[in-house]
Parts: sequence; C-alpha cells; structure tokens
Amino acid sequence: MEEETQSGVIKKFLYVNRRAPHGTIYAHEALEVVLIGAAFEQDVSMAFIDDGVFQLKKDQNTDGIDTKNFSKTFSALEMYDVEKLYVEKESLDERGIKEDDLAVDVKVISSSEMKKLITESEVILNF
Amino acid sequence: MLHTVNKSPFEKNSLETCLRLTEQDSTVLLIEDGVYGALKGTKIEDLVLESLSNVKMYVLGPDLMARGLDKNSLINNIEIIDYQDFVKLAVENERIQNWL
Repeated sequence: MEEETQSGVIKKFLYVNRRAPHGTIYAHEALEVVLIGAAFEQDVSMAFIDDGVFQLKKDQNTDGIDTKNFSKTFSALEMYDVEKLYVEKESLDERGIKEDDLAVDVKVISSSEMKKLITESEVILNF
Repeated sequence: MLHTVNKSPFEKNSLETCLRLTEQDSTVLLIEDGVYGALKGTKIEDLVLESLSNVKMYVLGPDLMARGLDKNSLINNIEIIDYQDFVKLAVENERIQNWL
C-alpha cells in the first residue's frame, strides 16, 4: 500500500495509546508526535486501548490541577487530516465508559478488528 | 490511618492491594489516576463496593474534573473532597500510607 509522492513514501502509521491522560505525560506527548507525523502527510490512524480510552472522555477540565487541557486537541485533529480514531470496545466496557461519553467521533471496534488494524499497519508507535 | 492511591486500578494493582491490606475504619483517598477506581460500572466495581463496608472512601475533586468525571460517574457513598479537605485528612490522621 505504498505510493510515491513528491515528498516521498506514504506509510500507514498507527499510534497506540494505552495510558490515561494527566497522570503521566504519555498521552500528551503522543498527541504532539501525531501532529508532527501528520505534517509529513502520512496515513495516520490512532488506536485507543486499555486506559487510553480515558483520553477521549468529554468534559475534561484541568483548571483545578494547573495543567494544559490537551483533550481539546482531539477535536482539532480533523484539520490535520487525522480522522481515523479507533477505540477498542472491550476497553470501554471494562471501564464503564460508553461511546456517548467520548468527546470526538470515533470508530468503536472489537479486539479482533483491533488485531487486524495493528497487523495491517506499517509503522507502529506506542505510548 | 489515611491511605492514598494515585494509580489507575486498570493499569496497576495499587488499589487492590491497598483495599486488601487496609485496617477496618481506615480512610482511603483516591487521587490523580487513582480516581478511576471510584467509577461505577467497571470490572473492579464489586471489589470497591465490598470495601466500602469497611473503609471510608474519598476522591479528590480537581483530579476527577480534569478527567471529565463528576459525581454521576461515581459509585454511591464515595465522597468528593477538595484540596482543603485533603489537608484536613492529612492532619487528622496520625499516619499516611501512599500506595504508589
């Protein structure tokens, strides 16, 4: 699935997010890297697994903990042509979180579909 | 005795171990990623419900709000407190154990 462009090769990038936001820097850093990847016009997908699903929870308000509310960046990803956000259903279920609780449009997929997504990706970055 | 837990119960077993080894009538305060342990409808909800008959559980409000959660997301009988209350709990209790 490689195609040549003037700037080079386009690869299928998958960013795997498995950490909750705010408690560690991983989730925030992942978003920074995703935006950089998008600037190089790569084919970007994001996967949210395990505690990573908490990153997408709507109504996050970090005023009380004096940190940047980077959850707002998820709504802006579309402008960077990052439109493929996949959330594992099993991870949502274990945490009592529903698709309606999420701040952005995502595709909720099963573990077996997630397995396929990972298998078909060419560059996988884990956070 | 005051016990604090700051890790997600889905990533680490800090909460589970804390609840297993906590004396009757202790106080457990969930902070940072530990607040996820107070959510209802999770795979660890039964464990938390069971513990609530032995210990008093609190969750730190600012950490809850940062994660897009509020009292509607929580198991009943888990009380939301602010930073001042946290200080009070720290003063009232002679010892504190932080389950990292």
